Amino acid sequence: MANKLIYLDNNATTPTDPRVVEAMVPYFYQHPGNAASRSHPFGWAAEEAVDTAREQIANLIGADSKEIIFTSGATESDNLAIKGVYEMYARKGNHIITCTTEHKAVLDTCHKIEKQGGEVTYLEVKRDGLIDLAELEAAIKDNTILVSIMFANNETGVIQPMKEIGQICAKHGVLLMSDMTQAVGKIPVDVKELGIHLAAFTAHKMYGPKGVGALFVNRKKPRVKVTAQLDGGGHERGMRSGTLNVPGIVGFGKAAQIAKEEMDQDAKRLSVLRDKLENGLLQLEESVINGNTEYRMPHVTNISFKHVEGEGLMMTFNQNIAVSSGSACTSASLEPSYVLKALGLGDDLAHSSIRFSLGRFTTEEEVDFAIDAVSKGVNHMRDLSPIWEMYKDGVDLESIEWSEH
Amino acid sequence: MAYSDKVLDHFKNPRNVGTLNKEDKNVGTGLVGAPECGDVMRLQIEVDEETKVIKDAKFKTFGCGSAIASSSLATEWLKGKTVDEALSIDNMDIVEELALPPVKIHCSVLAEDAIKSAIKDYQEKNGVA
Ligand SMILES: Cc1ncc(COP(=O)(O)O)c(C=O)c1O
Repeated sequence: MANKLIYLDNNATTPTDPRVVEAMVPYFYQHPGNAASRSHPFGWAAEEAVDTAREQIANLIGADSKEIIFTSGATESDNLAIKGVYEMYARKGNHIITCTTEHKAVLDTCHKIEKQGGEVTYLEVKRDGLIDLAELEAAIKDNTILVSIMFANNETGVIQPMKEIGQICAKHGVLLMSDMTQAVGKIPVDVKELGIHLAAFTAHKMYGPKGVGALFVNRKKPRVKVTAQLDGGGHERGMRSGTLNVPGIVGFGKAAQIAKEEMDQDAKRLSVLRDKLENGLLQLEESVINGNTEYRMPHVTNISFKHVEGEGLMMTFNQNIAVSSGSACTSASLEPSYVLKALGLGDDLAHSSIRFSLGRFTTEEEVDFAIDAVSKGVNHMRDLSPIWEMYKDGVDLESIEWSEH
Repeated sequence: MAYSDKVLDHFKNPRNVGTLNKEDKNVGTGLVGAPECGDVMRLQIEVDEETKVIKDAKFKTFGCGSAIASSSLATEWLKGKTVDEALSIDNMDIVEELALPPVKIHCSVLAEDAIKSAIKDYQEKNGVA
């Protein structure tokens, strides 16, 4: 056990399920065709495989297979949805509403749109990471064309009230896009029932391969269109040109099929393990969960261990356990997690945060090992921490004049 | 990012972790950095009254592995040096010794600040300008 690397970073990416790999293999050499080659059996085999995958993926989210556009991943899907709507609906308006805890693929896309003259409202989130529905409704204006709110947050696992958001958008006749990357394949998602018109997601967060994703684009009531961002052969109903990644798509489809069948049992098992991990770690003094714990993905917990710096903490166990931290030291920017700061955490608590994300292949033995190793790490780091010592001595940390650097 | 062996060594077996009595006239304390920035170092020196040689040095650091290693190394280097010699420790010496990558240079800068700040505290206590 001690030499095994335990992977608790499944929100960053998931291992590809061996059943998915097996499904993909024939599409590299045995069936090498281009799905757009209409004139020979190689092309037909590829097209058939893509059609099957499209069905499997549509089936997972309650869509029609004609509503699935294949892309290279969620980043591209987010870009295509937002820029595509902005351009396509320019005559209707130029205002987009999103929120501050979105993934960079959404936020940076919105920033670019602002530079091009568009108008974007960034809704703040409450302390628990949820948006305020009244604020959303109040932000909708005559020129609003799109609301873009993520389904589940990648750092905290917090799940937004999509159904209520869908109702508000429907009431005002505004399109709703959702970055569903962290939710699809892990919890039930039905785009029609939720009133979602565009949805971005990716295979590699649901035990499929990297480099393939999808955009759901509603076809009826309303018929949604997006302006293509890649020009070329007119694939994917003109919305996304480029030869389809057939093996990737086959894997994505297989991953969707497995997720549909196993999601409930996986989620049940993982929520028990997550709770065990969380309860074990909350035994440590001065540790707090970040984000809402009721509306949350079953496999995720984000915990701040006060007066301990996240990257240093990870270093105590990263020979054995892989997790992520909101600490600035883990990013190039030297800024701690903007998501946690949006929840109102001070920079110090953001620096002290660790995200644990379990997955289909996580075992109870691994969780037990992690509780022990992380607890030891926190205690070690606290023995080294001058602020922990001051805290223990009853010094008011607010009263100290820190030398900012 | 992988860490150098020396950073790992200092991180796993930090030297001279602890606390000296900051009220003691022969002890100088430097507290630099801020929790909001993700690093706080507290470095203390104890100076021999007669010889002006630093006979003990202790640290505690809140920060990443490189920050901990930088301050641990600093305490090692300080012991046995006179106060004047200690003032010449440069952050780039620490960068070199620990093979810190560019994004971690600020950890060495903080360690140098901590040394300077501890010495200043000692000198102020003892009326040395
Ligand atoms: C919420 C969210 N959106 C988008 C992405 C980007 O996905 P991809 O790596 O497929 O481009 C990620 C993954 O990092 C994510 O967590």
